[in-house]
Amino acid sequence: MKQDAVVSNKDSIKSQEQVDSEYILRVLEKHDENHGELIAILEEIQTEYGYLPEEALRIVSDKTNRSLVDIYAVATFYRTFSLKPKGKHLVCACLGTACHVRGAPRIIEEFEQQLGIKAGQTTEDKEFTLETVNCLGACALGPVVVIDGYYFSKVKKSKVTQLLDKAIKGFDELEIGKDKRIFPVDVNCPNCNHDLKDETFEVDGCPSVKLIISLDHKEGWLRLSSLYGSCNFSTEFEIPEGKVMNFTCPHCRKKLHSTSNCSMCGAPMISMLVSGGGIVSICSRRGCKNHMLDLI
Amino acid sequence: MITLKINGLDVSVEQGTTLLEAAKFLGFPIPTLCHMEGLSPYGACRLCVVEIGEGPKAKLVSSCTYPAEEDLRVRTASQRVLRARKMILELLLASCPQSKIIQDLASAHGIRQQRFKQEHEDCILCGLCVRMCAEQMVAKAIGFRNRGQNRSIGTPFDVKSDVCRLCGGCMYVCPACQLRCTYNEPEKAICGGCANLTPPCVDKEQFNDMMCYMDPCVACEIKKD
Ligand code: FES
Ligand code: FES
Repeated sequence: MKQDAVVSNKDSIKSQEQVDSEYILRVLEKHDENHGELIAILEEIQTEYGYLPEEALRIVSDKTNRSLVDIYAVATFYRTFSLKPKGKHLVCACLGTACHVRGAPRIIEEFEQQLGIKAGQTTEDKEFTLETVNCLGACALGPVVVIDGYYFSKVKKSKVTQLLDKAIKGFDELEIGKDKRIFPVDVNCPNCNHDLKDETFEVDGCPSVKLIISLDHKEGWLRLSSLYGSCNFSTEFEIPEGKVMNFTCPHCRKKLHSTSNCSMCGAPMISMLVSGGGIVSICSRRGCKNHMLDLI
Repeated sequence: MITLKINGLDVSVEQGTTLLEAAKFLGFPIPTLCHMEGLSPYGACRLCVVEIGEGPKAKLVSSCTYPAEEDLRVRTASQRVLRARKMILELLLASCPQSKIIQDLASAHGIRQQRFKQEHEDCILCGLCVRMCAEQMVAKAIGFRNRGQNRSIGTPFDVKSDVCRLCGGCMYVCPACQLRCTYNEPEKAICGGCANLTPPCVDKEQFNDMMCYMDPCVACEIKKD
């Protein structure tokens, strides 16, 4: 079964009541509404608002010449779509056969008790929505719980409190030093192949990677953590969130070119060589944490 | 032209003819519930089952949606068909025992007992009203919502639809509630649900904005448990 959880940018979820018709029109423009892209349209609206507001569906029906009945039928047919506002965090507990026999009902009961809601409901403070699904395709790992897109296997009743706490803090916080997904890399400039490591400045307790950035005619240094997976850095001057920066090598003073665009925000990805063979790419937008490692 | 055999009789029909139409042409009766001329076939009630094929490959299909095929062998009243039809009717009767149409069908097929719990549903999801609204009235005011167990028919967001012209077509075709839907000729309707011979909805102004799919029957108010 298709899973509900792709709620990426929590902060961008708009306040519930008002629907921005301009936004809906932009979405409609992007999709060729005459060619059955209804689901894609609805998905996009849902990512924006966290649910499908009635007003939005009416606008879609108006503009696409589709009857509201058909749109409503699709919106209520798929579990992905919700006509009610959802909480900030989505807890999805599997209640498929395998998870069921492995004790999922007790896990769900525990969630219900701790959150004070029933499955399918949202807490008063709009923090959590609890839902059940019928199999996530990971039966051997049951009971499976998905929170905000992160999967948890063999969940025990005693782990529920911990999971909910973590959900509030956010799961993408990595523990440096403990997490195996974080490891140091040595990077070189792709133009002059000079080592970019800077022993004089430490980020995350390790020598940093020094680059020159420019933005609006201002130039300054940027020091990145040399740990792959860590997004910590420090800069000479404050960069506003969401700005795309230009990167230059501090040694050859040549611009670091991008080879591709970020899959998350569309800004250019800056590539650097990894000594030992490989390319590491980072997104050039401040605040976007997308990065990639291609080992050769 | 396609030639096929229905109950041993050869018949030639045009491409695209359904088995139901072909059988009707020969005069073999097949009971239907969700089929109506002028509306697209839907295959929801399965009452029109017939058996096709031979030997172990024989299977049951709904004749109102199955297009005629060359050399097809069709049996409209084999043992298997009759048994299946009876079961379907018994189940329909359990979900909607107050419906005159279903009652009639059941008695015509010799159903003399009710083995299943009666549910007194308002709707059997045959989709007649939905097709009526979309295809004949070109309004698309009502449609299916949700799915599985929660599937229901109604307007989006359960509010009165802007495109509904209150034509009453949906109520007219509904087989689930005879009383609410034959109010042009209320004398002829016997609902059996409440045995209320002067139902309140008949006194109401015709085509006022309370449509049957929006409200439980005001006439019988059958208690559901
Ligand atoms: S009449 Fe054929 S399925 Fe209902
Ligand atoms: S049963 Fe067909 S519309 Fe209600």
